[in-house]
Amino acid sequence: MTMFRRSGEHCVARFAPEEVNVLRKVASEVVELLTDGFDRDDPVLARLFPDAYPDRPQDSAEYRRYTEGELKTSKIDQAGAILAGLPVTGGGEVRLDEEAAEAWLRALNDVRLALAVRLDLVDETSLESELDDAVLRDPTSARVYQLSVYAYLGYLQESLLEALTSA
Amino acid sequence: MTAPQVVPGEAPEVEEIPDVDRPWVTIVWNDPVNLMSYVTWVFQKLFGYSREQAEKLMLDVHHKGKAVVASGARERMEYHASQLHGHGLWATVDRS
Repeated sequence: MTMFRRSGEHCVARFAPEEVNVLRKVASEVVELLTDGFDRDDPVLARLFPDAYPDRPQDSAEYRRYTEGELKTSKIDQAGAILAGLPVTGGGEVRLDEEAAEAWLRALNDVRLALAVRLDLVDETSLESELDDAVLRDPTSARVYQLSVYAYLGYLQESLLEALTSA
Repeated sequence: MTAPQVVPGEAPEVEEIPDVDRPWVTIVWNDPVNLMSYVTWVFQKLFGYSREQAEKLMLDVHHKGKAVVASGARERMEYHASQLHGHGLWATVDRS
């Protein structure tokens, strides 16, 4: 599995073609989610745009009215930073300056939040036992694949954070 | 001042007036997804905490389920909440 490492002012990783495909797919999905329709009843959007005032719907609506546009734009931009940083075709090197690395960290986090909602990872459950259960039920299931992607993205995010803060 | 931001053309929220002097807080809630190292980094980044302070706050969130990360004027707390939402943390605003 690919890890980021520090190289001077940059965080650098060399990705296999299939890793690039996964990253492109999950980042594109976030962009689509934020641009196509923006269905507020979608639990993923509820998690990415939490109520600021859980017990006061009016205050939450007011808060949204003047924060949501900017928040949405920054989430689209940070997912776009992943797309912009990836090799155009096949595998290859990804080289991120500090600003791009921070955008990637936030975007990887958004992707993981979205996947966790879809996979119903609501408790502090162990990812390993979730994966074991899913493999026992059906090793070829979409859930096994998505849990693996989720685990991979967590690992990648952790390595990027280490590379960024090890300066 | 702690009055809510007034959008032009809107009536001020009269019922808020008696509370304007009460400080507000930004709360971060525990979340099974966010990495502990990432939450620590976000606290350092947004609030200028040392690594030790940020780690202590992160562990507070982790063990107690939530923690107050800032207190003060309402607009300021909403600003912090939106910054935290930008980083994917689960933040809310409340009266202290």
